Amino acid sequence: MHKPLTQKRLHAAIIVTAILAAATAQAAEVTVNQHDKAFVVEGNKIETITINVGDTLRFKNDDPFFHNIFSLSDLKTFDLGSFPKGKSKTVTFDRAGMAEVECAIHPEMYIEVTVK
Amino acid sequence: MKIHPKFILMAHKVLFITCLSIAATSIQAGEDYSHFLRPAEVPQPDNNRITTARVELGKMLFFDPRLSGSNWISCGTCHNPALGWSDGLPTAVGHGMGVLERATPTILNTAYQPLQLWDGRARTLEQQALGPLKATGEMNQDLDEVIRELSVLKGYRDAFEDAYPGEGITKETLAKALATYERTIVSTEAPFDRWVKGETHAMSKTAQKGFEVFLNKGRCVLCHSGFNFTDNGFHNLGLKGDHDPGRYGIRKIKILKGAFKTPTLRDVELTAPYMHNGMYKTLKEVIDHYDRGGDTKDNLDPNMQPLHLNPSEKASLVSFLKSLTGEPAPVTLPRLPIE
Ligand SMILES: [Cu+2]
Repeated sequence: MHKPLTQKRLHAAIIVTAILAAATAQAAEVTVNQHDKAFVVEGNKIETITINVGDTLRFKNDDPFFHNIFSLSDLKTFDLGSFPKGKSKTVTFDRAGMAEVECAIHPEMYIEVTVK
Repeated sequence: MKIHPKFILMAHKVLFITCLSIAATSIQAGEDYSHFLRPAEVPQPDNNRITTARVELGKMLFFDPRLSGSNWISCGTCHNPALGWSDGLPTAVGHGMGVLERATPTILNTAYQPLQLWDGRARTLEQQALGPLKATGEMNQDLDEVIRELSVLKGYRDAFEDAYPGEGITKETLAKALATYERTIVSTEAPFDRWVKGETHAMSKTAQKGFEVFLNKGRCVLCHSGFNFTDNGFHNLGLKGDHDPGRYGIRKIKILKGAFKTPTLRDVELTAPYMHNGMYKTLKEVIDHYDRGGDTKDNLDPNMQPLHLNPSEKASLVSFLKSLTGEPAPVTLPRLPIE
């Protein structure tokens, strides 16, 4: 027979389970690399990406110069500021819809993010 | 066997120094720098392919001062082929001799640009073409009026019919013809290109050293990349006393305050003075500016930093930039319709 958990321990267990559930079932994190002035996922240049509500995009700069990722879309407005090679910044999309994401420095870098 | 940690550290140092020396000597003929050569094919939209008739019409319009409200300023007044398709002035002079805020950019290789103008506010050459015509400070023209003026001239009626059969003389065909002519204004082969193709002596040793500085210590290539020597991007260079919002007027993102489009370096020797406000007279002054890491730091592009170039490195950079000057491409002027 199990020893009854203390109230404190029970809370901790619930929190850990919640975090695990969020990390596995619900909120995925996808890394979008900035490579040769293009958005790249797992080595492939992308122009669109589809994710689920609650998912996070991690924008990671692989180029030897700065990028500055932003969106002025109604769905999600953000400005990640500029960041150099090797650095990354994240954005979590908490509503369904479509967002246009661009690099302010290099407007040729443009993707449409669809959130389901 | 146990390797002493100090030895490992030394081995790393040796390896590092070896890598450095490889980088320093990596600029030589025969290396593949082919991405610095202009693609032979000029991008052109499906709904406005380049044809001889369209180029000829576009050229007539480009050099016709009747496109302006005063009938005195043509596109070629500011985009003068004898001055590197610019005007040799710090900033442009427009309608009524009014001095404008920004320098006239060269139109060399604009066909390859994804965004037009210093602030990128027009995407295509077709979108850009009529902007200066309408702008009160520039050509100060009423578009309906210019269409009427062109329509009474048989020479133009025929030229438009040849170029755009059945489409008539409209704002659209006017813009399309001008855009088509601009697509023919592309850089020609420069000593640098011949060197890239393997002609070892096409570029002087000094210019070759300048290319090495350009790629490494000078950090120039971080923005002036590819065959057109531009990232097609927007940067605040920290020009002293400049308060033009630049790209920020188009996109309200902090980094874009005071940022302007990276211009091509093709034929840069021919397009002095330099910068979007024409504040520097010589390439030497421009290089000194970058060497200081810019002057105004409030919203300086993060790629900018003091470079600590020595006088010989600076001189070699100038020499390299001059090796980007293409063969002369003489322009024959059209005979404009007078009735
Ligand atoms: Cu970028």
